Amino acid sequence: MTEVSYLEHGHSLKSWLLTTDHKRIAILYFLSITFFFFVGGAAAALIRIDLLTPEADLMSNEGYNRAFTLHGVIMVWFFLIPSIPNTFGNFLVPLMIGARDLAFPRLNLLSWYIYMLGGLFTLAVLVLGGVDTGWTFYTPLSSMFANGNVILAATAIFVVGFSSILTGLNFIVTVHRLRCPGMTWGRLPLFVWSIYATSLILVLATPVLSITLVLIAAERLFGVGVFNPALGGDPLLYQHLFWFYSHPAVYIMVLPALGVISELVTAAARKPVFGYRFVAGSSIAIAIIGFLVWGHHMFVAGQSMYASAVFSFLSLAVAVPSGIKVYNWTATLYKGHIALDPPFLFAMSFIGLFVVGGMTGLILAMLAVDVHVHDTYFVIAHFHYIMVGGTVSAYFGALHYWWPKMMGRWLPLVWGRLSAIFIFLGFNLTFFPQFILGYLGMPRRYHVYPAEFQTLHVLSSAGASVLGLAYLLPFTYLLYSLRHGEKAPPNPWGATGLEWTVPSPPPQHNFHELPTVDGPPYQYPVEPDAERETAHG
Amino acid sequence: MADAAPSRQRDTTLMGMYLFLASEIMLFGGLFAVALALRLLHPQEVAAASRRLHYGIGAANTVVLLTSSLAVALAVAAAEMGKVKGTVVSLLAAAGLGLGFLALKAVEYGMEIREQLLPAFTPAEAFESPPAHLFMDLYLVATALHAVHVTVGVVLLAGLAWRVHRRSLALPRGAAGVEVVGLYWHLVDVIWVFLYPILYLVR
Repeated sequence: MTEVSYLEHGHSLKSWLLTTDHKRIAILYFLSITFFFFVGGAAAALIRIDLLTPEADLMSNEGYNRAFTLHGVIMVWFFLIPSIPNTFGNFLVPLMIGARDLAFPRLNLLSWYIYMLGGLFTLAVLVLGGVDTGWTFYTPLSSMFANGNVILAATAIFVVGFSSILTGLNFIVTVHRLRCPGMTWGRLPLFVWSIYATSLILVLATPVLSITLVLIAAERLFGVGVFNPALGGDPLLYQHLFWFYSHPAVYIMVLPALGVISELVTAAARKPVFGYRFVAGSSIAIAIIGFLVWGHHMFVAGQSMYASAVFSFLSLAVAVPSGIKVYNWTATLYKGHIALDPPFLFAMSFIGLFVVGGMTGLILAMLAVDVHVHDTYFVIAHFHYIMVGGTVSAYFGALHYWWPKMMGRWLPLVWGRLSAIFIFLGFNLTFFPQFILGYLGMPRRYHVYPAEFQTLHVLSSAGASVLGLAYLLPFTYLLYSLRHGEKAPPNPWGATGLEWTVPSPPPQHNFHELPTVDGPPYQYPVEPDAERETAHG
Repeated sequence: MADAAPSRQRDTTLMGMYLFLASEIMLFGGLFAVALALRLLHPQEVAAASRRLHYGIGAANTVVLLTSSLAVALAVAAAEMGKVKGTVVSLLAAAGLGLGFLALKAVEYGMEIREQLLPAFTPAEAFESPPAHLFMDLYLVATALHAVHVTVGVVLLAGLAWRVHRRSLALPRGAAGVEVVGLYWHLVDVIWVFLYPILYLVR
């Protein structure tokens, strides 16, 4: 008996827009998130073109402020935060734990509509002329001086926050309640562990951002002045509230990527993951410690010295669980039978860039050094190594690894390898010069700069053009594969995990009969279903 | 197995609600953090501003809200026993008390507008001191956000009463639905139980 796949089950627009199937909702997210990725990327392109010369020749000061604000807002809230959880989390969590759907399928669809509503608000901000506060909305700039569409932008982020909360809630309940028989906590795939840890942050941190944005809007609308220093209010209080959300949000963005890499590395090494418990536990540890480090954003903002010392220590402490992951991946690869497939190249690229991003994070976490590089391009380079080098590489790695499962088609492996390499090279050329720029004193958010910085800026912009093209590349051959790719078997990579036991693409209700798990995860080696043809590399 | 499925469903729904309530606590937690900051920055002025609030109305509203929580608890018990009429009456009583809370709150806002205490209706110069202005800002945002939650709760309770009355929510099978809305209402109540002393009583 052949079951109808989720892609074949209804072709009308309505069957997509009113679906409660987690797999179809994942595709809806994938399409909308890809759209915002390119909108945010266009803003980045404008920034990098303007920075080619020391003068302001492409944009006005105001226009430049709006470009980087929009880049930040769109990339953080409309791409990075929903990227891996809402697409791959949605698609994979029920499959990986042996469930037919998430715990609240209709709520899942509602989350997507809320996301789209927030997205429409953001596009309205864009059309109406943008917002110029930076993605951080610092007061009193945002509350008293900014003349962009601050309230509309705050509304967009407030709305999309509900989407985050509802998605996180759905994942937590799903993992608790819908695991199939035998799928104990100690047998959960590491990707599920990381999505679970992410969801905890989504549920507990996002509302703090919501209330902070409400206070900003109330200040602009009604003169509510709790952040207004002229009334005795405290702008630093704003920064505390904002970073109480936004630092954990960094872990919202990177934890799912860490989970992806754990899957990719074990599948590539064809060995059981080294130190399963530590890798799983480190996700939870990162989520918990991540809540306690927000003060490192205010080392030079007049925060108490003693608070800064504690925040500095805690920020260094996050490196421990992060390091555990990197060492465990390395140990997993040791003596593995490694296949140089595209997902593995993306994973390797992730590990390298994540280590550089993490190590420079340690430099920033140290009080004395931070004073020197605070608000410079060093910081920009650091978080782009984590967010773009890390998370976006993992996103593309996940896309290549699970594409045959999601679409039922092989992708051209040679092109996959090439794009992994181009992305890696383009990324480093873009962002490595920014470490040097920052260390030499180039501040962030300026588009007019001393002539001696031009060489490094030109290098960075050249890298950005390579990176931009490299990001376009996968979308061309992935689209091509939809029509011309060979049909993928259920388990093309020879990987463990319940998602590989069902046909590709999976049937509408995932499992004909709910599976039973009777052993630990990652029991490698597993033979791939079909011998791969040389045509695919 | 036939018995296990609805109770599994119930536990799942309740867990979802508890997580949502956790996020609500963090939402108001941000405001409590602001309240703490104001008290630390300007202890005297904030205490003086707090003294001008009508704590009698606040106390009456606390009683109203706690009573409505009792009504919701009775509705949950009635729903679990399958008593349609008892459930509907208790839910309507709770919704009515919720409306009573909102009415008292409106009266209180009206008095504060007349006494030139409520920001957005009062020029900045009318406040005793800038921190008094800040404190009333916080008061307005916190109580208004809470009132929005009460309003949502009243709509949910009334809608639930209607569905139980029309039998579109069958009891006792649908008792989990009553329980979930009940949980939300209790949280709205609990938040007030914290807001009231923090805004009106701590001096």
